[in-house]
Amino acid sequence: MRAHRAINLWLGAALVLPMIAIAAISLIWTPYDVTLLDVGNKFAPPSPSHWLGTDQLGRDVASLLMSASVNSLTVAFVAVGMGGSLGVMLGLLASAFGGWVETLVMRLADLGFAFPALLFAIMLATAFGPSLSNAILAIAFINIPVFARVARGAANQVWTRDFVLAGQAAGLGRARLTFDHILPNIAAPIIVQATIEFAVAILAEAALSYLGLGAQPPLPSWGRMLSEAQTLMYLAPELAIYPGLCIIIAVLGFGLLGDGLRDVTDPRLKQVRA
Amino acid sequence: MQVILLRRTMGFVLTLIAVSVIVFAVMNVLPGDPAITILGIDSTEDARAALRAELGLDRPVWLRYLDWVWHAAQGDFGTSYFFRVPVTELITERLPLTLSLALAGMTVTVVVGITLGMIAAARHGTFGDWAIMLFSQMGIAVPAFWLSILLVLLFAVGLRWLPPGGFPGWDEPLLAARSLILPTTALALVQSAVLARVTRSSALEVMRLDFVRTARATGLSRWRVLRRHILPNALVPIVTIVGMQVAAVVTGTIVIENVFYLPGLGRLIFQSIANRDLFTVQALVVLFAAIVVTANFLVDIAYVLIDPRLKGRMT
Amino acid sequence: MIEANDITVRFGTAEALRGINLTLSPGQRLGIVGESGSGKSMLGLSLMGMLPDAAGMSGQIRIDGTDMTGAKIASWRAIRARKVAMIFQEPLAALNPLRRVGNTVMEPLRQHLGHSKDAARARVLQLFEETGIQDPVAKFRQFPHELSGGQRQRVLISLALACNPKVLIADEPTTALDAHVALRITDLLVRLAEERGMALVFISHDLAAVARTAQDIAVMYGGEIVERGPVHAVLSSPHHPYTQGLLLARPALGAGHLRERLPVIPGTVPAMRDLAVGCRFSGRCAVELPHCATERPASRPVGAHHDAACHRIGAAT
Ligand SMILES: Nc1ncnc2c1ncn2[C@@H]1O[C@H](COP(=O)(O)OP(=O)(O)OP(=O)(O)O)[C@@H](O)[C@H]1O
Ligand code: SF4
Ligand SMILES: [Mg+2]
Repeated sequence: MRAHRAINLWLGAALVLPMIAIAAISLIWTPYDVTLLDVGNKFAPPSPSHWLGTDQLGRDVASLLMSASVNSLTVAFVAVGMGGSLGVMLGLLASAFGGWVETLVMRLADLGFAFPALLFAIMLATAFGPSLSNAILAIAFINIPVFARVARGAANQVWTRDFVLAGQAAGLGRARLTFDHILPNIAAPIIVQATIEFAVAILAEAALSYLGLGAQPPLPSWGRMLSEAQTLMYLAPELAIYPGLCIIIAVLGFGLLGDGLRDVTDPRLKQVRA
Repeated sequence: MQVILLRRTMGFVLTLIAVSVIVFAVMNVLPGDPAITILGIDSTEDARAALRAELGLDRPVWLRYLDWVWHAAQGDFGTSYFFRVPVTELITERLPLTLSLALAGMTVTVVVGITLGMIAAARHGTFGDWAIMLFSQMGIAVPAFWLSILLVLLFAVGLRWLPPGGFPGWDEPLLAARSLILPTTALALVQSAVLARVTRSSALEVMRLDFVRTARATGLSRWRVLRRHILPNALVPIVTIVGMQVAAVVTGTIVIENVFYLPGLGRLIFQSIANRDLFTVQALVVLFAAIVVTANFLVDIAYVLIDPRLKGRMT
Repeated sequence: MIEANDITVRFGTAEALRGINLTLSPGQRLGIVGESGSGKSMLGLSLMGMLPDAAGMSGQIRIDGTDMTGAKIASWRAIRARKVAMIFQEPLAALNPLRRVGNTVMEPLRQHLGHSKDAARARVLQLFEETGIQDPVAKFRQFPHELSGGQRQRVLISLALACNPKVLIADEPTTALDAHVALRITDLLVRLAEERGMALVFISHDLAAVARTAQDIAVMYGGEIVERGPVHAVLSSPHHPYTQGLLLARPALGAGHLRERLPVIPGTVPAMRDLAVGCRFSGRCAVELPHCATERPASRPVGAHHDAACHRIGAAT
């Protein structure tokens, strides 16, 4: 049972860590300059010099994929970071005050679920024009209600624990208790959720960029590479394969990592195992 | 029961209103001047002033909002600045396609997802279970638009069995249906993978309960126990996910229509973004968000219908 | 009715049941007592072909003339409800919460006996009358959570009786009920067994309930039947040290549960895999002999239809 649980974690890490490493490397080095066009050498097949061949403009596909991973990871990090922090703060607020504050925050969170990232991105694109930052905002936005719910649920449990009650009895204020006791104790579920939302965010960025609502040329992005490849499907079908595989690896990796972390940290599951 | 329904309905209406406020605020108020949104920043001040007068954009914000909501509630979303026809007309022309796609996608999702999930649960721990879970794990990670491209590569470019995209119109129902096969598959495959997982785990939880043992002790067949005893009791989490999937499938049509060049509402949204057709996009966003909210509302009601124990308790 | 020979149930290497022999004739009422974990439920389930997947079973079982030894699941399904039926401890949990209880009871009638809707309905109302459910027509349409504990157990009994089984296995049917309701349910089971000529296996912690319900009693310990015989014989002159301990543990034949009284027998039931290969009771037994832990005592007659499995029997007398 233990081994089975850990598999998710290790498998996730085995997919995610190399990807992060590759993204980091591509910041300082890629096999070819991704802005370098070599139209004479377009649609080159995979070869020792171009591992995955070249695209319609003669750019090195492997280098493009590497650079695009930076884009995916950055977008996910920024969006989940922004939306997550805001959501967690709202959740903590709801939990600390209870009563109408809690009701209000949770109702707002419910409302947030009425707007999938795509709808939000569409609104922003119409109002301000399509851009990567609008895509990030849209993805961040859908993370707010998710994290608000998770944080509030976890925090509500911690508020009933003895050491918090003791703190209350000692006259500590809500803000103090929240930051000193509640927040550290809900870190585990928050991190688990963040890992899972990372996967969701990567998927969302790819979709938005594919639709033209995210990364704009010439910024390399898996989603955008796919939309370009789609128009060349009869000429070079393989160009539509690689970016998709990258997306799957990233999404699967963070998804498994999140599942694995939850299995490892969730005390409820631990009890079952014992 | 009536009280619950009334409260839920009130909450539903309030949510719809809140949704309209948000959409209006984000699209009409945040950018500052809708005239610039429509005409672009390089437009002349004269042109903008003329447009403001024409569309009544010079009135106070709250009045514009009330005016918009008031007419929208009656099915009038204004006139498309680009097409120069009523937005409602644009929508009703394209609605049948999007609706068919969404309904087909939902149907396939529910049928395939629940069936696979129940099979996996019934064959818990066997190869079949493992295979279904692998499919489901993959399905969740595969972006629908990439799956679409793969399907097109395989069935249109490679095998040439099905058209790669486009829509022949409803005059040829068979051709129309044919052109919806790949889009429906792309839309439903991912969602059914999600549903299969939820169905499986929910069914496995229910399987451990005592009344399942009673049903087995009554000599009922495995299949009957599964369908008539386990499934209904596993339904609450399933319905919750299905409700969320309505949202995913409906917004998924936006993506899929663009992958397959289907002239539905999703295409219209993107044309309208490109055309800076503010009122059309605004109407469509509200429409889609309303569908999502309605799906959630129906799920809330479905809980009560599924579980008689909730009737007394839910307030 | 039922003939079971040398039934052994294993979970891996641990034996949850060891060498159980059991015969039941029509109309016979057998009570089974024993501490928690002694294998009472396992025995009941093995007679239904409903052991957990992880369990391995050996031994022969004949039910109403049909050899069920090594039977496939389909053969078991064919006799469940129609030949053997079982009711369980928690009536609320044992009923599908989303179904009107009438529909639950109708299901086997429609499935197995091919009754029409109306015929099945009429039969359900009849069963409800028979099991003493007041106002059957109204109860038919209620959900389990709307009924009282006693009513729920009566519904379960109706369900078990629907296809006129030859044997009814009742696994602690009264444990979850109030004392006075429990009494009525046990009396109902006795009446039904007598009226229908149905054999009854009554599993309980409660010696008093067993004494009231059964003609014969089997005492289980560590997956074995250590003593069995007519109720009065076993209770008035217990021969197995474990049975003696049980009876000592109770001041009188009141309504007492073994679970509460047991501390009088020193120690607790060891985990299944820690049980001695010889007598299961060795280690806790006050009169243990040197070879008890390694040699399995055979079952020996100690009176009319009364036998017990202990090395002391015969040796001490
Ligand atoms: N799935 C299983 N895997 C391993 N051992 C099991 C399993 N199910 C039951 N057992 C063991 O089988 C033994 C007999 O259990 P059983 O439920 O028959 O006891 P019981 O006499 O009915 O007890 P109770 O009075 O608590 O109902 C117990 O020791 C239990 O631990
Ligand atoms: S066989 Fe030995 S250990 Fe077992 S009950 Fe008899 S005396 Fe005690
Ligand atoms: Mg038991």
